[in-house]
Amino acid sequence: MNKIIEKEFFSENVAKIVIDAPEIAKSRKAGHFVIIRLDEKGERIPLTIADGDPEKGTITLVVQKVGVTSAKLLAMNEGDEILDMVGPLGKATHIENFGTVLCAGGGVGVAPLLPIVKALHEAGNRVITVLAGRNKDLIILEDEMRKYSDEVVIMTDDGSYGKQGLVTAGMEDVIKREKVDKSVIIGPAIMMKFGSFTTKKYNIPTEVSLNTIMVDGTGMCGACRISIGGKTKFVCVDGPEFDAFQVDWDQMMMRMGAYKTQEHEDYQRYLETVETEA
Amino acid sequence: METIAEYIKKGRPDAWRAELRKSMKAKERTGLERVIMPEQDPHIRNKNIEEVNFGITEEMAVVEAHRCLDCPEPTCTVGCPVGIDIPQFIKKIETKDFLGAAAVIKKTNALPAVCGRVCPQEKQCELSCFYTQKLKKPAIAIGNLERFAADYERNSGKMSIPEIAESNGIKVAIVGSGPAGLAAAGDLAKMGYDVTVFEALHEIGGVLKYGIPEFRLPNDIVDVEIENMRKMGVKFRTDFIVGKTASFEDLRADGFQAFFVGSGAGLPKFMNIPGENYNGIFSSNEYLTRINLMKAAETGYDTPVLEGKNVAVVGGGNTAMDSVRTSKRLGAKRSMIIYRRSIEEMPARVEEVHHAQDEEIEFMNLHNPVEYYADENGRVNKMRVQKMELGEPDASGRRRPIPMEGSEFDIDVDLVVVAVGVSPNPIVPSSLKDLKMTDWGTIVVDKESMQTSIPDIFAGGDIVRGGATVILAMGDGRTAAVGMHKYLQEKVKAN
Repeated sequence: MNKIIEKEFFSENVAKIVIDAPEIAKSRKAGHFVIIRLDEKGERIPLTIADGDPEKGTITLVVQKVGVTSAKLLAMNEGDEILDMVGPLGKATHIENFGTVLCAGGGVGVAPLLPIVKALHEAGNRVITVLAGRNKDLIILEDEMRKYSDEVVIMTDDGSYGKQGLVTAGMEDVIKREKVDKSVIIGPAIMMKFGSFTTKKYNIPTEVSLNTIMVDGTGMCGACRISIGGKTKFVCVDGPEFDAFQVDWDQMMMRMGAYKTQEHEDYQRYLETVETEA
Repeated sequence: METIAEYIKKGRPDAWRAELRKSMKAKERTGLERVIMPEQDPHIRNKNIEEVNFGITEEMAVVEAHRCLDCPEPTCTVGCPVGIDIPQFIKKIETKDFLGAAAVIKKTNALPAVCGRVCPQEKQCELSCFYTQKLKKPAIAIGNLERFAADYERNSGKMSIPEIAESNGIKVAIVGSGPAGLAAAGDLAKMGYDVTVFEALHEIGGVLKYGIPEFRLPNDIVDVEIENMRKMGVKFRTDFIVGKTASFEDLRADGFQAFFVGSGAGLPKFMNIPGENYNGIFSSNEYLTRINLMKAAETGYDTPVLEGKNVAVVGGGNTAMDSVRTSKRLGAKRSMIIYRRSIEEMPARVEEVHHAQDEEIEFMNLHNPVEYYADENGRVNKMRVQKMELGEPDASGRRRPIPMEGSEFDIDVDLVVVAVGVSPNPIVPSSLKDLKMTDWGTIVVDKESMQTSIPDIFAGGDIVRGGATVILAMGDGRTAAVGMHKYLQEKVKAN
């Protein structure tokens, strides 16, 4: 059982949740994720750790409402307990002084990017961060990112904040302007795909963090498997971060949609039960 | 300490055993027919998840026990990886001392109700039984009798707790709560150690929970055995990955003086053939975990699982049988086993193969998948298989399957389960730089003590064997418990 210590909404569907988890707070590093199960009938879902405080014994998750489990989690309150949480899982991000690193985060993907930006900054890199979202409300963690970035570029689809345009436009401006040694892109699969097409054009080594479907998260089931450079890898134990140029993006997106119909039906059913209760 | 052979020989000269031997002529005993396990009708059971076997009655158990000759050299015991005193418990059943029989089994077996259900007895105790070896008759139904004794005790409400030595206050950690870990935990608790079992998943039991289906091993039965271990003082921590949540070093600092790693064969193997990552193609671990652990097929549970009308399961082991029979129970029109050798070479328990055949499972033996095809959404809709023939025996002693050129054809499938084996889970080994490993990713141990290259760490089960049975894992756990005891006693003396 892990208690929710703090919950803060960034926007209608995105919230930051701080959870009591002393052991994980102590052992986690940038890039790690946890698996949670909310209740006896709940599913196990992976969530990347956005931050942690070993002194207070807490970790921070940033959750976007996309289905039944995330909706239930966002409906929980401070003081409520999450039935199961295990981690930290996956391999930690490889951090070294690369020189100049271009970090790009899309939507809620900005959250797992934060600890990486922080670690890269602490390792002495020049960090330029591009934050992208559909509109101003969906730009999250800007202040935290500014703290660890040498420069932050904001891109919105509708131009309601920062510059108007896609994340790739923001990235390309930076690449054209100065020498970039490394790039890290985290966000929706489609954003990582096109973001890495951009860096590939300029031969900039690029890492992405994949958020595939998982069950156990310890390598046991293979639900998260994906073709990397023609070889099947397990995101939970071999990743979640991979060389972006080796990822089979079409397969990634196809596999992400494996339960689309069921997820949609379950979510509709969940909304109905919530309405009935209300 | 006495050896298993010495332990087993001890009981035979007792007066009651001698009396019992005289009470019926050997010829009369061998004249009795092996009692048949009653089971659910195959056409009914392939639509429910209730246990297939009902268990034998008291009367049947007593008759079966009479068949046992109480041999002077009980060869059956040699075939048991956990060293159960088989004649002693069977003779207790003959005298209708059913609780006494259960107590005998529990002396050396932490999970009797489990083993009575899932052990491949026909390859172990029953294979080396005098009836099989010398009389060429069906063996004593040792597995069914073990199950009977365990079930009788559980249903009696008088479950005994094995004798526990006085607490020695020494903390030991068990990594993984599957059969290997539970066996080690049980024995170490009996020796007086302060035992904590760490489990990565949210439930205790490992493969007994996520892998073996309800119709073969009900979860309630596993839970009762675990509850019994709690009563023995064993502590359990779920959602805890040793090597991740805390390191071995952290646990040493916390006072743990020795470790047993039974983290299992966590990595499913795939065949690396084209199209294998299409949706609707699962590892058996994923398919069974979704259904057994996450209860995906039950209403009200959030975990989804894809439905299959035409299901192909690739493989010939117990896991393949469990998967294919599960798919049938979930409503598949056609459930097929695709196996590259013939039925004789199947590693599955004979009973499971028979049960599957009775349940209308189709067996496509001597066939092997070569490619998968999918619809526009990436969902598998066809598989190409190739016919095989058997050549000379290979390293495993089984005849090697050879593909027949030009024999390929396609089968319509919408769900495929790949059950071709597992690799050891890399999480624990990757957290220990000095741990000596084999090229296959298994942990190297000293076979006598199960000690690894790191003196305070012992290991057993699939993480050492690479993929074996529940009972072999339990045997390893028991051997390791003795090894750890010896190591810790020497360590205490040295200090």
